[in-house]
This record gives sequence, structure tokens and C-alpha cells, in this order.
Amino acid sequence: MNAFEYAQPATLDEAQALLTSASGPVAVLAGGTDLLTAMKQGIVNPARVVSLKSIEELRGIEVSSDAVRIGAMTTLSELAAHPDVARLYPCLVTAIKGIGSPQIANMGTVGGDLCQHPRCWYYRNGFGLFGMNNGASLVLEGDNRYHAIFGNDGPAKFVNVSSLAPGLIALDATFNVRGADKQMRDIPAADFFKTPSAPEESLTSLAAGEVLTHITIPAAQTRNATYEVRERHGLDWPLVTASVAYTDAGGSAQNVRVVLGHVAPTPWVVDAAAKTLEGKAIDEAAAAACGTSAVADAKPLSMNGYKVQLAKVAVKRALLAAAG
Amino acid sequence: MAKNAWPSADKRSLIGKRISRLDGPVKSTGRAKYAYDISRPGMIYARLLWAPYGSAKVVSIDTSAATQIKGVVGAWPEMKDGDEVRFAGQVVASLAATSEEIAHEALKSIKVVYEVQTPQMNDVLLEKAETKEQRDEIPDAATVDKTFNEAEVKIEGHYGAAAITHCCMEAHGQVAEYRDNAMYIWPSTQNVSAYAAGLADAAGMPASQIHVDCQYMGGGFGSKFDSDQWGAICTRIAKETGKPVKLMLERDHELMAAGARPSAFANVRAGASKDGRITVWDSTAWGSGGMGGSRALGVPYIFGNIPNIRRVSRSVRTNRGSQRPWRAPGHPQSCLVTMAALEDLAAAAGVDSLEFFLKNLDYTERPDVYREELRIAADLIGYKDKAHPRGDSTPGPLKRGLGISLHTWGGAGHKSESTVTINPDGSASVNIGTQDLGSGTRTVVGIVVAETLGLPLENVQVNIGRNEYPASGASGGSTTVGGVSTSTRDAATAALNALFEKVAPALGVGADQLEAWQGSIHVVGDASKSMPWVKACSLLGQIPVTGKGSKPASDGTQLDNSGVGGVQMADVTVDIETGRVTINEFVAVQDCGLIVDLKTAESQVYGAMIMGVTYALYEESIYDPVTGRMLNADMEFYKLAGLADVGTLKVHMMTGPGYDERGVIGLGEPPVISPGAAISNAVANACGVRVPTIPLTPNRVLAALEQGGKLA
Amino acid sequence: MPFRKKPEEPSGLSRRGFLKTVGAGTVAGGLIGESATPPRASAQAPALAGPGPIPLELNINGKVEKVSVEPRVTLLDTLRNHLDLTGSKKVCDRGTCGACTVLLDNKPIYSCSMLAVEAQGHAVQTIESLGTPEQLSAIQAAFVEHDAQQCGFCTPGFVVACTAFVHDHPNATLEDVRAGLGGNLCRCGTYHGVTEAVLQVVKTGKGGA
Repeated sequence: MNAFEYAQPATLDEAQALLTSASGPVAVLAGGTDLLTAMKQGIVNPARVVSLKSIEELRGIEVSSDAVRIGAMTTLSELAAHPDVARLYPCLVTAIKGIGSPQIANMGTVGGDLCQHPRCWYYRNGFGLFGMNNGASLVLEGDNRYHAIFGNDGPAKFVNVSSLAPGLIALDATFNVRGADKQMRDIPAADFFKTPSAPEESLTSLAAGEVLTHITIPAAQTRNATYEVRERHGLDWPLVTASVAYTDAGGSAQNVRVVLGHVAPTPWVVDAAAKTLEGKAIDEAAAAACGTSAVADAKPLSMNGYKVQLAKVAVKRALLAAAG
Repeated sequence: MAKNAWPSADKRSLIGKRISRLDGPVKSTGRAKYAYDISRPGMIYARLLWAPYGSAKVVSIDTSAATQIKGVVGAWPEMKDGDEVRFAGQVVASLAATSEEIAHEALKSIKVVYEVQTPQMNDVLLEKAETKEQRDEIPDAATVDKTFNEAEVKIEGHYGAAAITHCCMEAHGQVAEYRDNAMYIWPSTQNVSAYAAGLADAAGMPASQIHVDCQYMGGGFGSKFDSDQWGAICTRIAKETGKPVKLMLERDHELMAAGARPSAFANVRAGASKDGRITVWDSTAWGSGGMGGSRALGVPYIFGNIPNIRRVSRSVRTNRGSQRPWRAPGHPQSCLVTMAALEDLAAAAGVDSLEFFLKNLDYTERPDVYREELRIAADLIGYKDKAHPRGDSTPGPLKRGLGISLHTWGGAGHKSESTVTINPDGSASVNIGTQDLGSGTRTVVGIVVAETLGLPLENVQVNIGRNEYPASGASGGSTTVGGVSTSTRDAATAALNALFEKVAPALGVGADQLEAWQGSIHVVGDASKSMPWVKACSLLGQIPVTGKGSKPASDGTQLDNSGVGGVQMADVTVDIETGRVTINEFVAVQDCGLIVDLKTAESQVYGAMIMGVTYALYEESIYDPVTGRMLNADMEFYKLAGLADVGTLKVHMMTGPGYDERGVIGLGEPPVISPGAAISNAVANACGVRVPTIPLTPNRVLAALEQGGKLA
Repeated sequence: MPFRKKPEEPSGLSRRGFLKTVGAGTVAGGLIGESATPPRASAQAPALAGPGPIPLELNINGKVEKVSVEPRVTLLDTLRNHLDLTGSKKVCDRGTCGACTVLLDNKPIYSCSMLAVEAQGHAVQTIESLGTPEQLSAIQAAFVEHDAQQCGFCTPGFVVACTAFVHDHPNATLEDVRAGLGGNLCRCGTYHGVTEAVLQVVKTGKGGA
């Protein structure tokens, strides 16, 4: 990786000052599992790296009667081990356990998970965010077995690989963001992720100098679950994930949310499919129908049609898992 | 006189027992120093720039900017203008700097201009592939066609194995240091004794002045026989700069350039009688090992005596890094194609697979061994209770199935020389220019010396891994254990006999009446006459005795052998909604003659099964068809099985009468041959359709289910 | 109720932008007795350090190690190239294979995916602190007994991960072992031995040793 100047400030004020005062490219370092790899691969080349590890206010989990507030620098292990999180949000715990590596869970942070760079192998091999070569998409012409089956009409064919995002969206979480002007603003989880239409565009709604500080999740009792399909049983990237959440109103489902992961450049919300379940009991037939509905608009590439089947099954199984 | 033969079962204190490897403690505490760990005063770090295209012409290489960077010691073009790049990963330039970080960054300042060409990457579609050699064996085409057409049961199928790479945990590379008109090399190699020969030109000195030291090496699997281009570059830089140089390949380069097992594909027609007797085999096979093409598949594997055989072979050239021998070269692919096609034939005939294989064992070279092994494997996996016809009819998405495969290998010992020294203080040592790849060679050598001299293992100093020691062959093809155990037994026997000459007068008998056993020297047949080992050695006076040994043994005694059979059975669950395969149980039954160390022998089998799960289910080298770049030259998408992926493993070694007296036979290759076939057959048995190509990833399993009309 | 205490008011030191020192004394007891309370390293680097070499004080295996490295140098490369602690291996260098696993405040992490400068103020334990060839830890002795190593290159990382695992899962079942050791990869295929070794240590209750 290229040489850079480094700072590990103790406050957000300092961090944001360091982020906005840089003359060259700057990177925010959280857990490091993604950023250091990206820097070694030469796809991120900051002249300044600002670590958030010493900012205590970004860590920890606060539980109140109506919400759970998670610091962005909370590690994935800490999140999964928290009793209230385990009780209220099994969809998040499943996603963290699914990572399969204690080391990653101990290092990786909630904020870092949400702000990862795509793992698209064309991107990681230096062909840019869209995997272009001489004006043509290598993803379309080449091996796209792990690429997007939704939202791939534009140049972005990669998939969002956040473990937590689908669950957080299903749980109606809010992302709390602090601007360089020290003002806080809230972004609904579903609005945080963006599909870029040009390589220089951001993958998130964060503006320059903004830092994701907390995630706030309603503490309302919902039934929720995540189902992930991986090739291996240990550390591996999922092929497809589905996170679902709904309110159980005496045996019928209300406010159903179904969100797919690893299928599109952003977490993929399938509201239309979710609506088919409103007011119904979640059983095998209803869950399967929802799965079928969820993939109705899928547009697989040349080699990833199997992910449509996986998405269909993941939705069904996540719903059945949530229903218990 | 000690005899140059293996002791009988009642006289074995160590051989055949479960003995912990000698270097276990240094490895598990992180104290073992591998090439990657060697540090020398003033050492610099070399890195290689590789071509990012599968096919290109080098227009120009400019290293001038890189050499201006602070900390860079030098930068060198390794190709000439106009040279052809023939695979992505080909070395274009080298650079050395005072730190790894500087070397890595400075590499980006070497400017190379390429004229990019279209690479040939296809190896799957034969009709579109660039074929090289044609090796066809068609003794009697008309009879083959006629037999097939008239067969009561017939199948036509396509089978394949994707190309994989070795992915040694320790990358290829070495440290080189030039001092006192000699070159000192610490490599990661499977070939200590011959390693220096490849570096003589680069070092500008004869191999006799090149000292090689490899005490530990982090995996080879057939990919580390040569000193390689990077070894030469590292050596040359050490000579040119006068500084010690470390050059280890980076992981991406390691995966694309320092390993490759050829792909293999085949279209097979086979026929049988309706009761499951094979009558005909007809195959067209092809595969690619990169630029050099690929050797012909040995199909039908094992069942070579099937009466009517036609074998068409094509070698396909692709712009990939050239193949290197990968554990049992050609066998896993040939085994997969054969066992899968035969299992399909059994299913078509409606004959139980185990019964089918048993019924056709006379088409193999060792039916009796396989019959016994099939029986044991079936017991271990609970075949009778679990077996069902193709396609698990249990409701729900989880389908369970069993699969069988058989394999063979040679495993005779390679050439080897060894010396064993007995010192007047009673200590003993062995010098042998072999290497321990993790297979337990160091421990085996120690056991043979200790057993021969009647000493505890800890009393023997084992010296391996240096080219100053007597030369021993490369560790490949399961040749090491037969080679080193023969030469070492031979040497230890010679040393012992020299000691007996000194001891015999003191005991009042001839040297030919003595034996060494449990720390003493005894007169054969007279329990009252013996002398403790240390006292006996003191009779040597001032001078140690050294015995020389070799393979073949000095007196012509054959202590090794060749030819083994093995059987493996897999029990898997297939989720037919997701295409995901889970190994429940996996059983291996293996013979390998006289086992020197049962513990490390079993480890070889467990390890091979696990490596087999990896290539059966997960790993493949994935290349971009446009640029020729290996897309998964990392360890997140080049997928090795993890601890949770391998299920419950059971190993049964065939030992005792009928096996022990054959002598020592190598074990590195045989158990890695069958896993792909056994697991593929189990998947077919579970889900009711053949998934043609390994690895059996969800995309492939689902595609096969869809094609077979079985997608849920 | 908050999971953690509210962050304390930043000290004057950190207000001026000095690197925050996370007190190693707040860390729970080490897995290995002698490093339970490693010496506190001071971390008085300026707000912006580098890109050239900067002096670091690292708590490695209970000792304060002083090194001078660029901010871009990983903890793994610092251990290997600057402190000759080569038990932690460099294999994938991308946070996947686990060969570089060390304990950071008793938790297993990938040292290839952490900068050395980030390790200041934390207790780092490498394989070199977990036993010697003459005095093996319980896990190491079980690795030898069950031959949980072949070429041995992944072994130190596995030993570190297993040490933390049995410490955190004193009653682990086979399923726990399979779920809890997914962060390390081996090519020779030693998982059978590793599994047996871990289960034996769990059974004998020596995981804390």
C-alpha cells in the first residue's frame, strides 16, 4: 500500500477536522478488515487515514424503552453478544454468526460493515468500480456468477456485501450521521445506500466530511430472521441473503419487510412481495409465494441465474425462521 | 550381523506404532523457521512485477523511475521488448528495496507498455478450443460401436473437473545470501538435494558452492520441485547487490503462476449387461494445463481390463500459467470421470453401486485388495442401512446419498543416500538430503534409525534439509518414504554392523551372532550374553562409526514396494433448493505396505480427504475470458474448505499380514485421488441427477437439478 | 441501560490531538498468566503521524517493544520484519486465512488487517507467548498428540485461535468447535486433528492453561 499520514483522534470534532482538512484523498479507518485489503490491492489510495478507534462515543450499545442505539465503532462480536440485541434482533445475530470468522467479528465494526467496498473481482483486480475494459463491461462479458440479479441495469453490476444492512432495513433502523458542521441528521436505513451511475459517485448518502456515528433501531417487538446461503460452512461470502421482519398481530403478519442481500448494488427491498403477506399467517405456502414474488423482477446476468432460485428460497426460509 | 530387512512384527518397537512427529513442538509453538521467516543482517526484499494479460506483446519496460525511489536498491526488466506474454502472472520485471512496503509501492513505478492480444481461455468447449496433441487409442472401433449399440444398459454422459491451483500456505520463494564466494539459499522446496543445480547460472558459480537449507516448508503438493525463475532472480540480485535478499511470491502471484492442476473433461459412452457387468467404454477426453496443454486422461481408471475400450484424447492450450504436478497427477481427474460414469451405469442398470463395483473388480489389477477394502469401508459408513437407489425419496429439500470410489498408485521409493553415525558416547545421528513437506519424513527417518539400533527415538539426531547431506530424491509421487526408509535402514544397518565388529570379541561371539534390541546388544539365542548400548559404543574408542546406505540398498535387498489400492465412501446431504452440499461422513480405507509411523500415515489420509473435499466442493481457478486474468487469485474466492466443511472423517489403514511384508510404500498421493469421485457419486445418489463438473458448487448443482427436472 | 460507560471527558492531552491511549489495565486477565497486566505503553504521537517512520511502543507478549515503522506497516509485518516474531505467518495477507492470528486484548484478530500504530495501548499476544517446545501449552500438547499439523505453516495461527476458543468455550461441543474455528484455513488438511485436539483440551478442562 502507498504511504500515508495517520491520525487516531479521540473526538469526533478532531476526526472531522482531519477529514475535511486533508488536501489529498482521505480514508476513514474503522475495523480495518476491508480498508486495509482495499489499500493493499491499490483500489483505495488515501494520503491520509483517520482511525475512529479511539473515539469512545462511537462505541457501545444503549438500550431504552423505545430504541436501541448502536455506536458505529461497536464491533460485530460486541453486537452479537449483547443480550438485548440477541433478544430483539435475531436477524442481526444470524448475519454476524454467518460471517464464520471470530477474527473478523472481533475486528469488524458496525459502521465498517455498512460502508464496505464491493468485493466484485473485476473491481478488486483494478478494473474500476464497474469493471470496465476499453469501454466494455468485463462483468457482462466475463464471469459474473457472484454479481447482481437486481438493480443491474446501469453500469453497476456489483453487489452490496454488508452483513447487517438487510436486517437493519427490515427492522426500520435509522442511521445517525454527523456532518462536518457538527449537525446530526437521520437517514432511514433503506435510503443510506446508493447505486452509483458513475465511478466517482458515492455508494452511500454520506456527504463529504460526514461520519456515520450511530444506528438506531426501534425496540418494538417484531418477529425477524435472516437466512443466508453460502458455498462453505465457515468463513465465506454469502451468495444470497434474506432478512425479514414483521409484527405478529395474533397470528397474522403486519408491517412485513423483506430485504435481500448480495443480489444488487444496494440491499434490495422487495416491498411488493412483502405486501402479499400483510394480514396473513406465515406458513410454508405463504412464505414460498412471497419468495416467488420477491424474485419476479430479477434480471440475472449470463452466469448468475442460480441466484434467483437462491433468493426465492432464502426469502421463504427467512420468513419461516421468523415465524418460528 | 544385523540384517538389512524390516524386523518382524514381534521385533518392532517403533515401526507401525502411533508416534508423534518430531517437529510437532517447534511447529505448534511457532518456533519452526521457514524460508519466509528467515531474516539476515541487511536483508533486502525483492518483488516481482507480473503481466496482467493472458496474451500480449511487451513493447517496452522502463524501470528508471522505480530506481529513483528512496529505498529501492535496484529494478530489472525480466523480459525483452517484443517478448510474448503467454499468461497473466508471467514475470516482467523485478525490484528490490530495503523494506517490503517500499518494494511493493515502487513496483507501481515500473512502466510497461503492452500490445494486448486476445487470449485463448476456453477449455470447456472442445469444439471451440485450441487443441494441441491428439493421442487416440482406438484398437477396434467397429467392435466398440457394435458393443455399445447392443448393450442392454447404456449411458452417455459428460464429466469434468475445473482447473485448480496448489495454493501452498507458504508461497514459493527463498532467501539468498552471497558471502565468502559462496551462495547460501533458504528455499521453500520439495527438492533440497537438486535445488542448487537450477541456480548455478544465476549465482555464477557451480552448484557445489551453493548451500541449500530447508528445515521446514509450508506445503508443496507437487508445485515446488524447481528453483524456478523467481529463485534465479533472487539469487542473481543477491550476487549483484551483495545483500541478502528475500523473495517470496505474493499470494495473487502464487495462485496464478506457481501452481496449476489441469482441467479435465470427458464425454463418455459406456455399456453393461442388465445385471451390471461392464461391456464397453468409449470416451473423448480433453483438458488444459495452460500453455503446455495437458496429458491424456488414464480412463477408464483402474478398470483398465474392460473388454472394449476406445479412448480419444485432446490436449487444449490456454493462456494460463503452466501446470505443475498436483498430488497424483492425472489420477483425481481420471478417477472422477471413470467412477462417475460407472456409477451412472450402475444406476441405469438399477444395480446397487457397491454390488456393481464388486461385480466388476476383475477388470482391475488388485481385485482382492479392493474387495476387502470395500467390505471394510461399507461397514465403517453403515452402507447397508444408508444405501438406496439413485435419488433420495425422503420428502423435503434435504436429500442424503452415498458414493463410492476406488483408486490406485505406485509409490515405490526414489533414489536416496543416507549416512548414519554412531558415536562413542552412544549417541546416533543420521544425515540425509531429504525434506519434510509435513508428511512426517523427519520422523520416519528417525524411527528407522532408532528401530534399527534398538534405541529410543529421542536418542537419534535427525539431520535433513541440507544439500551437504547425502543426496535424496525430490519428494513427489509418494516416493519419499520408500526411498528414505530404505537408504536409512541400509545405513543404520551398516553402522550397526561396524559396531558389532568391535563388540563381538568382548562378548566372545562372532559379529554375525549379535542383534541390537531395546538399548542393548544381545547375542542371538543367548539371553545371558548382552551389553548395554552405551558401554558397547565406548568400545569404539575415539572414532565414531558411520554407515552408508542407499536406495536401492547396497546389498540389493528390496525394502520398499509399489502399487496400492484404496477405497473411499462419502455420505452427503444435498439441499436441493439451494444446491448446497454437506459432507456428513467420509470414509477412507487404504493400504500402503509396511507403515513406519501410523500416526503420520493416518494424517496423510485425513489430509488428503480434506484436500479432496476442497476440490470436490469448493476450489477452482476462475479466469476472465477477456483479459486472461485469474479473477480469484486470493483466498476469499479461491475457496479452501474450512474446519466446518469436512464432516466426520474415518480412516482405516490396511496393516498386518499380507500388507506389512510387502515393504514400505508411499502414501502421499493415493488417498487424494478418490474424494472428487466419491463425493460426486454421493451427490448423484442423493439428489437423483449427475452434477457433471466438480467443484459441486450451488450453481452447478442447481443447474443439474433444473436440467434433470428436479429443481424444487 | 448503556452497555458501556459514557465516554469520559477527553483529557487535555487528547484534546490537543494526541493519540488516545486505551489503558491496557482495563483489559480483563490475559489468557496466559504472566501477561495479564501488560505494561502500559505510552503513545505520544502527534495528531498526524507519518508518512515516514514513527516511533511506536507496543505491548507484545507482556513486554514493551519499541519500533520505528511507517503508519502503513501492518502489525503482522511489524512482528515479522521488525521484531523477528515469525510465528505469525503471512499467507493471504487479506484477512481470510487466519495464519497471522494473534490475540489483541485476549481476542483473536488478523494481524495482517491491523496497522501496527493501531495496536498501541493494547495487549498483543503472539504464538511465541503461548508455550515453548519444552513447555507446551495444553492446546499445543494436544496438537502434537493428535497430529494437528502437517507442513505447520497454518499451525501457529490455529493454535492462537484455538487457545482463545477453548478459553471462551470451556464446555464446547463438536458443533461449537465447527462453528467457532472458521477463521483459519489449512491446505494440508489438518482439521481432523485440530478438532480432536480442541475437544480433548475441553474434555480435560485445561483450556485456561
